[in-house]
Amino acid sequence: MKMRGARILLEALRCEGVKHVFGYPGGAVLHIYDELIKHAESLGISHYLVRHEQAALFGAAGYAQSTGKTGVALVTSGPGGTNAVTGIANAFMDSLPLVVFTGQVPTHLIGNDAFQEADLTGITRSCVKHNYLVKKVEDLAPTIKEAFYVASTGRPGPVLVDLPKDMTAQEMEFSYPETIEMRSYKPQVYGNPRAVRRAVEAMFEAERPVLYIGGGAIAAGAHEGLRSLAEKLNLPTTCTLMGLGAFPSSHPLSLGMLGMHGGYWTNMAVNNCDLLISIGARFDDRVTGKLSEFARGARFVHVDIDPSCVGKNVACDFPVIGDAKVVVEQMLEMVDEELAHGAIPAPRQAWHDQIAEWRRQHPFWFKEEGEVIKPQYVIHELHRLTEGRAVVSADVGQHQMWTAQLYGFDEPRQWVNSGGLGAMGYGFPAAMGAAVARPNDTVVAVVGDGGFQMSFNELATVKQYNIPVKILVINNGYLGMVRQWQEQFYDHRYSHSNIEVAPDFVKLAEAYGVPALRATKASEVTGTLEKALQTPGPVLIEMQVAREENVFPIVPAGAALKDMILA
Amino acid sequence: MKHTISILVENEYGMLSRIAGLFSARGYQIDTLNVAPTLEEGVSRMTLTTHGNDHIIEQILRQTLKMVKVIQVTDMTANAHVEREMVMLTVSARRGEERQEVMTLVKIFRARVVDVSEDALILELTGNAEKVEAFIGLLKPIGIQDIVRTGPVAMTRVAAIRAQQLCGDDEEFSELTLNEKV
Ligand SMILES: Cc1ncc(C[n+]2csc(CCOP(=O)(O)OP(=O)(O)O)c2C)c(N)n1
Ligand SMILES: [Mg+2]
Repeated sequence: MKMRGARILLEALRCEGVKHVFGYPGGAVLHIYDELIKHAESLGISHYLVRHEQAALFGAAGYAQSTGKTGVALVTSGPGGTNAVTGIANAFMDSLPLVVFTGQVPTHLIGNDAFQEADLTGITRSCVKHNYLVKKVEDLAPTIKEAFYVASTGRPGPVLVDLPKDMTAQEMEFSYPETIEMRSYKPQVYGNPRAVRRAVEAMFEAERPVLYIGGGAIAAGAHEGLRSLAEKLNLPTTCTLMGLGAFPSSHPLSLGMLGMHGGYWTNMAVNNCDLLISIGARFDDRVTGKLSEFARGARFVHVDIDPSCVGKNVACDFPVIGDAKVVVEQMLEMVDEELAHGAIPAPRQAWHDQIAEWRRQHPFWFKEEGEVIKPQYVIHELHRLTEGRAVVSADVGQHQMWTAQLYGFDEPRQWVNSGGLGAMGYGFPAAMGAAVARPNDTVVAVVGDGGFQMSFNELATVKQYNIPVKILVINNGYLGMVRQWQEQFYDHRYSHSNIEVAPDFVKLAEAYGVPALRATKASEVTGTLEKALQTPGPVLIEMQVAREENVFPIVPAGAALKDMILA
Repeated sequence: MKHTISILVENEYGMLSRIAGLFSARGYQIDTLNVAPTLEEGVSRMTLTTHGNDHIIEQILRQTLKMVKVIQVTDMTANAHVEREMVMLTVSARRGEERQEVMTLVKIFRARVVDVSEDALILELTGNAEKVEAFIGLLKPIGIQDIVRTGPVAMTRVAAIRAQQLCGDDEEFSELTLNEKV
């Protein structure tokens, strides 16, 4: 049967097992929307109409981040596409598998400065894993196949497919390729056995090892293997902001998060280790601080699927290119072999004792001040009341760092946030995507008053589809993270960071028909949270917190890890 | 140091701007660039010259190879190779002594005259960069009116390929020196 391109797109989505699409219509994608209303139900596809294209991208990203499945977004040409760019860049930085369909003016008008024309493949070239412009309807199905394959394999990332309107109008037979073979795209999965062996030997020899896990380990699903590896070799283990949950934070070997807002003991451990075993992490500047001072006495093992990440920031002694899960399994096999042959890891008790001592000296700490609500306390209570099992999606700022430090993630994909790009406005729409993907889990968006004001339009979306996101607004009346830097590094000059002129968040939610609660005193925090968590459907909780609380420790930008400021 | 890098790509829509965009986004320099089809339909070869320390070159190679439609990346400079570029020059050559002088250089350099007019010649020369530079240097005082250069193209010497094939398996971390998607 012949069908028009728009229908072919939907059939292809069905073949890819896509169940959820986040989108926003416009002229160039009207054929697609027309097919959606006719066939979405029979194809088992639910479309969520967001209220801004950025939220379609963030929603799809939250969906991907909380499940590992490929998120799908659909937006129109021109402004639809340009509104999506931040979301695409975010997915690129955080290696999230997304396929983004953008409308485009008809092929004969491309290059004519037509109405709502934008060169979307050009604009997004530097922030996609790959992008396509479909110029022949015969190419449509194979291109979609390739797009999903590229997005979800190797180092995942966003792939954009630009669809000129005539491509969705022209008709042809639908047939979907079953297999795919690309000579120019072949991610390396297995680690070179010799390289793996050398890395394992180093892990036995090290007296002061640290296992350093990044988001790549979550992408690969390496968490179980990593736990065995840490336990077998008795490795103190830290996670990056993106890696939180890849190793249980409640595990005795867990050091929590490292880097700019990492624990004192964690950064001291990293700084003084003799072997840093990096799995799916990229030695980002927010992790290393001043590079020349970073872990100076250490040798580095670096496991990454992306060869361009290895040796990019630090010279690496034991590089292994491959999929983190597969390489960790290779490592475990060799470790077992060695152990069976009677090898024993170098003695490490002194090292563990030293780290424990650092932790005892400077644990995470905040001062309680009577009835003033401390944001850290809110996160602590959130953890307690959700038994540490919620999917938590943070926005960007101080509240994000407190959540990362204090929520205590035990499972991968529980933690959703914009790490690489650090895009304010992410937390709430991403939580929406996560809640669509994981209807049986409690999903909490922890957002700042600033970031929420970049995304609260989605209150309409969560209301419309009854998406049960618990929106926790940490309201300090400031662009708090900016204010903190201004306090600490600009002599208290709070230049344009005061946002106390803001809507009444409770009334705002209620205006959208979303129930809302507020706490203004510390003694109200627990009850308010409990009530909100018991409320079915979406709900907003505003916490009016201490206005000038700071995130500690902090490694000043460009400083060495050991020069962190503790209070 | 200067490096000549050869990139085999699927000749798809926007490929040149993808490669150029990668270089500009990451702050690498393209000194010369040449793109042309290969024997295989749909596959093109780009040859570019760039410069940087070992670390930068390594990153260039890896970032380029990472691109989805790139099939192979080779740092030609790392192995014995042959490099050629072509230059065309319009040189003033008035009848008499001047033209004589130009013709002597043409002979020495084994260049070719491809167009003649009253008072100027168009010359064509193929050679490696040093030869081309030397030729240009000698013609400059006489008067170069116009110049176009292709930038180098390069080919690995056959012996070097054989040697690589022989020792390839013994490389300690061959995956890091690998330049092809296998
Ligand atoms: C789109 C965007 N613009 C600007 C910034 C810079 N920025 C980082 S944190 C921050 C303040 C966030 O304020 P708020 O949402 O209230 O969170 P808080 O830090 O107060 O917890 C700003 C402006 C950013 N990360 N993203
Ligand atoms: Mg704030």
